[in-house]
Amino acid sequence: MAAPESYPEELRYHREHDWARIDGDEAVLGITWYAQDALGELVHYEPPEEGSTVTKDSSYGEVESVKAVSDIIAPLSGEVLEVNQAVVDAPETVNEDPYGQGWLIRIRLMDPSEAEGLLDVGAYRELLTDQ
Amino acid sequence: MQTLQRTPLYERHRALGARMVPFAGWEMPVQYEGVIPEHRAVRGDAGVFDVSHMGELEVEGPRVHELLQSLLSNDLDKVEPGGAQYTLLTNEQGGILDDLIAYRLEPGRYLLIVNAANRESDFQWLKEREIPGSDVRDVSDQFALLAVQGPRSLERLGLDAAPPFTFAMQELDGVECMVNRTGYTGELGVELLVPAEDAVALWDRVLARGVVPCGLGARDTLRLEVCFPLHGNDIGPDTDAVSAGLGWVCALDKDFTGADELRRIKAEGPTEKLVAFVMEDSGIPRAGMPIAGGGRVTSGSHSPMLDRGVGMGYVPAGQSETGTELTIDVRGRDRRAQIVKKPIYKREG
Repeated sequence: MAAPESYPEELRYHREHDWARIDGDEAVLGITWYAQDALGELVHYEPPEEGSTVTKDSSYGEVESVKAVSDIIAPLSGEVLEVNQAVVDAPETVNEDPYGQGWLIRIRLMDPSEAEGLLDVGAYRELLTDQ
Repeated sequence: MQTLQRTPLYERHRALGARMVPFAGWEMPVQYEGVIPEHRAVRGDAGVFDVSHMGELEVEGPRVHELLQSLLSNDLDKVEPGGAQYTLLTNEQGGILDDLIAYRLEPGRYLLIVNAANRESDFQWLKEREIPGSDVRDVSDQFALLAVQGPRSLERLGLDAAPPFTFAMQELDGVECMVNRTGYTGELGVELLVPAEDAVALWDRVLARGVVPCGLGARDTLRLEVCFPLHGNDIGPDTDAVSAGLGWVCALDKDFTGADELRRIKAEGPTEKLVAFVMEDSGIPRAGMPIAGGGRVTSGSHSPMLDRGVGMGYVPAGQSETGTELTIDVRGRDRRAQIVKKPIYKREG
């Protein structure tokens, strides 16, 4: 079941439709409700390797629906501490719960000040109205 | 910019919340609720597709049978009025200009239902080869076509069973239709041809009978699971019928355009073959991806029934046996697949 549209207040957003939940020097990353809705039901998640490095504004993996493949853009730079194996096994988890069970990776931040360049929920919603 | 054509059901699709995409010059619904639920509806119950973008060519005259026998690969002598046949329009090299279904309306009158993208080129090809006593007309704009497919399709529509590749004029909830026992999903079903002005009424009545609206996304995954080739992907002017595994629709004992070349390819053996495969590793194959050893993927997607990546592609004939391991370059990553016997998906029992 697809989740209803939502954009939690406590997250920071990247204009490529990715979110970050920042906690000290770590962050959990995922894709927004808008991104999963645009793709449709996900059938494949190609994650980065644990221990590898992701770079802000660059692709760190891919998500695929039946019809389309999309790069996942890192909102922040860091080292991959954990890949969400539940999404590797059941990619549709992202559609069902994009901000909860459907998270994609957990990273150790390289430069916490990068977060200042991300959008708050208001700015992200504004960006969506222009799409 | 070229404007996209719309079928008579465009407003119905919008009202149902369909996601519309450009396809072969048409603005078509790719999905309503989602590709996977629509795919499952067709495998488990019944779904309806608006395929009004497809072309209809009417070919008529005392010598039309002779004309079509010389231009189409299959043998129309085997088709009586009321019957239909899957066949190929071939070029001099044995390449496939289109794959189509020929419906024999009368001894000297045929309806050809062709791919949307090839409608104009097919019409030109036939028109240029007309002989006295044959007349080819493009009547596509007069008609709408709805494909109702699935194990419960006939029951939902209140239709009796009939042999595949036959047709009859029938009334369906007050709408007069040409009911064709054909389809592109591997399931029981019909394709309903109606005058364009009756399309909305027919669509509403089909939906009222509990048939699920399905988009072109599910149409593609359904046909791929049963290994029906898609013209422009798996077959085309540069691929021949023998290599594509369509020798069974080529009557090589008659003469038609490209028959000599096809006889030669058959005698010598094709250098490559169109095979079906299932991914063993994770990842989804897509058209255009290279296959190690000199092959290429021509169709690829996620199979909702197998819940894994599946596809079709050309490989060297020497590596085309069922069970052969393939390595597919999935955006720079080597992923293993195995050649399987067609179809990829077959209903159990």
